[in-house]
Order: sequence, then structure tokens, then C-alpha cells
Amino acid sequence: METQQTSKHSDAAKQPDPMLVRPLQIHRIIKELGDTFSLILQPQDDDADFPFQPGQFNMLYVYGVGEVPISISGDPARRETLVHTTREVGTVTRAMRKLKVGDSLGVRGPYGKGWPVDKAENQDIVLLTGGIGLAPLRPMIHYLLTRREKYGRIVLLYGARTPEDILYRKDLEKWRSRFDLEMHLTVDHATGAWRGNVGVVTSLVSRSPFDPQNCIAMVCGPEIMMRFAVMELQKRGVADDRIYISMERNMKCGIGLCGHCQLGPTFVCKDGPVYCYVDIKDIFTKREM
Amino acid sequence: MTEITLPDKDVVVLERKNFQGLLDALSDSGYELLGPIVRDSAIVYERIHAVDELPVGWVDVCEPGKYRLVKEKKKTLFGCTIGSQSWRRFLHPPTSKLWEATRDGNGFKVIQPEPDQVKRALIGVRSCDLAALAIHDKILSQGQYIDHSYQERRRNLFVVAVNCVRPGGTCFCASMKTGPKATSGFDLALTEMYVSNRHYFIVEPGSKAGKKLVDKLPVRQPKESEIKAAQKELNKAASGMTRTIDSEHIGKLLNEKFDDPHWEAIAERCLACGNCTMVCPTCFCTNVEDSTDLTGQHAQRQRWWDSCFTVDYSYIHGGSIRTSVTSRYRQWMMHKLVYWQEQFGMSGCVGCGRCITWCPVGIDITEEARQLTVKE
Repeated sequence: METQQTSKHSDAAKQPDPMLVRPLQIHRIIKELGDTFSLILQPQDDDADFPFQPGQFNMLYVYGVGEVPISISGDPARRETLVHTTREVGTVTRAMRKLKVGDSLGVRGPYGKGWPVDKAENQDIVLLTGGIGLAPLRPMIHYLLTRREKYGRIVLLYGARTPEDILYRKDLEKWRSRFDLEMHLTVDHATGAWRGNVGVVTSLVSRSPFDPQNCIAMVCGPEIMMRFAVMELQKRGVADDRIYISMERNMKCGIGLCGHCQLGPTFVCKDGPVYCYVDIKDIFTKREM
Repeated sequence: MTEITLPDKDVVVLERKNFQGLLDALSDSGYELLGPIVRDSAIVYERIHAVDELPVGWVDVCEPGKYRLVKEKKKTLFGCTIGSQSWRRFLHPPTSKLWEATRDGNGFKVIQPEPDQVKRALIGVRSCDLAALAIHDKILSQGQYIDHSYQERRRNLFVVAVNCVRPGGTCFCASMKTGPKATSGFDLALTEMYVSNRHYFIVEPGSKAGKKLVDKLPVRQPKESEIKAAQKELNKAASGMTRTIDSEHIGKLLNEKFDDPHWEAIAERCLACGNCTMVCPTCFCTNVEDSTDLTGQHAQRQRWWDSCFTVDYSYIHGGSIRTSVTSRYRQWMMHKLVYWQEQFGMSGCVGCGRCITWCPVGIDITEEARQLTVKE
């Protein structure tokens, strides 16, 4: 029998099938690091508009190979293209790297909850990230700099394994030359002519100039790094409801229907990937949750 | 426990000899009939046409890790309680093709499959499985994103429920408040009566479509004694269940037991085979696989049921999140009894007992819940 509830949601039923992918053409490929590359996507027709919230992700499909969730890493103000930075770590991303300009990639999204852009207004902003974790934060940095007057101090703390592993070098140089963004870089292992910080990125928190009582911290990196980042921020006196982290889990659908990304009572695809730490502090530290 | 009663209005009696008429009326309305049959010594739900395909005279004997069918003298049609599989396979199939794609220059074109427009009538759905159906409705067709293939199949469904007058050996629906009598979500609900060699069905319409169908059948008004007898049987079934879960408090109690050593004790017995997730009527997890044919000109995305008991289920680059059996059993049980409440505002367990019966080592969710939450 048809339930009342089913008919009530007939509007949603008129939506196109959310599992269908939209083929987009690879317009440009940027080799970022040895195993990391950015794909700039555009539609085959002229119907180009990709609104998204900084921190959201898309499901990217390589024809015949598979689909993976990848965060959007371009400037949210430039809605005519989609930018994704990917590291080659599995079957799909390996196949993705072999694609050429003019080839197509299937896209579904944008999905998930992004960084708290509104809550961050009038606050100091601490961006704490390591490795490729800078990719999901780059749209946020663009967003902040476009509306610079709405925010307090902006501090970017970024750690990479070696100086050669520093992502988005051109962007970082551009941002470093600004007087309204403070940036500290660190590497785990110094090589060559590196004269900057050496050590884990979380050690930069204690010396950074921001007001712990009036700040929003946005953290993105490996889980172990985020755990220590939270501890360092708490030591500075940042309250749990001012800390945001971006989580990663296995995803097959991206829309809360496949079950894979469950983290305790939440679905990373729709309740995350960006979480307010206060909402998941009880489950974040549990092993094999 | 509240007394189970049948409604005063609209309830009619269908004699056993006229039961085929019910099936024919549905067939004539264009429905494909799906009902319980005996196959491989078990009850399975399959396509049926005639009343004698039903498991006439069979009764199921269910215990933890044990399932047998026994022939009885009474020629009941629905003496067996629930099938080994649940009905979800007809609405959310074990495997399905989500879409196909073909090469188109450097790119590709995506082709959506034709919508499933088959009208299905499910014959003999128990109240626990009705509750499971309502759960899938909520998850798959009432959220922000809709599972289109589920919604298509769901739209054309006719449900003939059967109230349980005999609890199965592993059932605990009464404590989960999902049975043994169907209270909503059906077009017709039957109570099968077999008393003093009289064999008839009390028929309760639950929808307009159900009422319309009843009008086509040779039914009569019930006697008061017949209603009373049926109510007595239903109440007997409710009180006959030996297993219980404290459904009101279990979520809160279990949520505090994430680090309890008893999970390890369960994992020592659990084979992580995933049988419980395959027979569970509310499990909805799926995996997808993309593939091409040998020419590379045609690609497709296939979806199939997945199980949180596999290591791959939680795999992200670098390794799986839940590597131990302890963590995987815990995820399954805590999802059903704890997280489901927060996610969907309802329990993920309907008390059908299939996971107990079909567990090869007889792990009993009600017993493990008790061990974890009841202090000695």
C-alpha cells in the first residue's frame, strides 16, 4: 500500500536520480606533487554553474573503474569550473591520474556539510592543516579573503612531510605576501635549503597570534594529527564548540543511503564531513568506531 | 501488556475454501503475487499463483542456530511464521543495475534504466516485517535523497498481512512493540483461524484498496464468538514469546557499553559471516561496482547488499577502520539498537528473530543485549 509519507515527499521524487553521474570534461590538469594532481572540470555544454560550500565534496567517477568522494578545492566564487585535488592512493585515483585533457569524469554532488562560514564572522580564524588536508581548506581560504573585512585575524598553520611535499606553493606564496593573513609552515623532515620550522604542525598552535576566546579553528588532516590539534587548541583555551574538523570514511553513495560512512550515530557524508568538535568529541577518540 | 483487539468495523470472514478467490482477485487486478513457499526445506518468498503452493500444514521450528520445518495435521496456510529471507529483496533487491554508460568520443553518456512498474502483492507479511517496511520507507524514500528504484517498486505494492497466532521460536516482536498483530501499513490483514475443524480467516481492511478488494470477495459478517476467539489467539501469541529486549531503555543503556569487555566474548563466537545482515529485514547497506564490457564501449554500475561484517566495508586508503570482529559485531548491534534511534527516530530492530535463527553459532541478540546491559 502507498503510505501517506511516501506521497508527502513526491516533490523529492521529482528530483533527478541522485545516483546518476554527470559527465564533465577535463579542461586542465595541474601536476601538484609527485603523487598529487588537480583536475579542472567544465561541462561539455555551456551550462556551467557549480555552487558549493567550502568543505563540501563531490563523488567523482572514472568511466568503468569506480567512484570516490573528493573534496572540492577551488575558489567558490568561480562557479564556472570545478577544481579537485587528488592524491593517487587507490584504484580509482590511479585511473584518474591517467586521464588526459578532454577526457570525461563523472560527477555527483556537492554533498555534505562544509566549514562554518557564518559562525566564523567577526572571529579570528585558525586554519590548521597537514599534507593534502590543505585541499578541502583552500576554498575556505579563498572565501575568507574575498570577504576579508568580515573576519578577524587569519592564521594558516600548514605542515608537510618535506619541503618538496608542500601543496599549492603558488597560492601559499601569494598569501604570504599579504599583510592580512599570517602563515606558518613547518616540515617533518627538512631538506635542501629549507630554513623554516621543522616539527609537527600542531606545535605551532601555542605560538600563534589569535584570540582563543574569539576564534574558530578549522582543522583538516590525518585523524591522528587532528587529535593532537584539538588537544593543542584546548590547551590554548579554545572551547570545543569553536573547533571544526573534517572527517573521512568509506563512501559508496555520498547521500546517506549506503551505510558505509557511519561514524557512531552520524553519517560522514551528510552530517559531515565537517563536524563541530563538540558534537563528536565522545566518538572521535573511540577506536574502531 | 495491552490487550490486543480487532476493530469493531469493516472486519469480515473469508472461508478457507474461498481463499483462492482472494489470490485471483489480486491477479485479476494486475498484481504479481509473492508469498511463502517451501524450498530447500525452508520457507522462502517466491512468485505464487495458487493457494496450494503455500506451505500447507507446515510449521517452522526456530531456535538459535537451528531451523526445521515440521508437518502438522492442521492444514493451515500460514502456520509458519516468517521466511528465512525477508521481503526486502523485492523492494531493495540483492543486486540491481543502477545505470549504464556508453563511450561517446572522449566522454561517455549515462543511460538510466527503465522504471520498474511491476505491481506486486505480498501475501502473508507479518507485523515485524511491516515495521521493517516502514523503516525502509523512512530511510530510502523520505529523506533528503530518495532511492528511486525503491520508490518505484514501493509505489505499486499491495500488502496482505497475516497476524501471528503462534510466535516463532526466536521471535520477540511484542517487546519491540511491532507485533504480533499488524496495526498499520497493510491493505488487508488476515487472522487465520483453525478451530474445531473449521478453517477461516478474519479479514481486516487497512486501506481503500483493501476495502475495494474485499468487496469482490464472497465474505460474510463475523460472529461475535469468532472475533473473540481470534483476539484470544493473538493475545496468546503475544504472551507466548520468551525472548525480550527492553526496547524503551536499550538505546541509552547500550550506548554506555561501547568499551565493555563482553563485546570480546561475543567476538570469540562470531564468525563475521554476515548471515545476520543478509536475513535482517531492516539492513539497508549497499556497495557499488563499476565495470565495463571487454570492448570498453559499455560501462555499468551495479549495486548489491553489503554487510558491515566485512573488513572492506570500512576501508579507506591506508586500511580499514573496523579490523576486529569485536568492532564489527559491535557496530552492527549498536547501529540496530542505539544509533538507529538517533539517525531515524526509531529502532533498527523489529524483533523478527531471523538473526538468531540463522546465526551459524546461535548468537542471540536479546541475550547479548541482556548480558551487556543488565547488571548481575
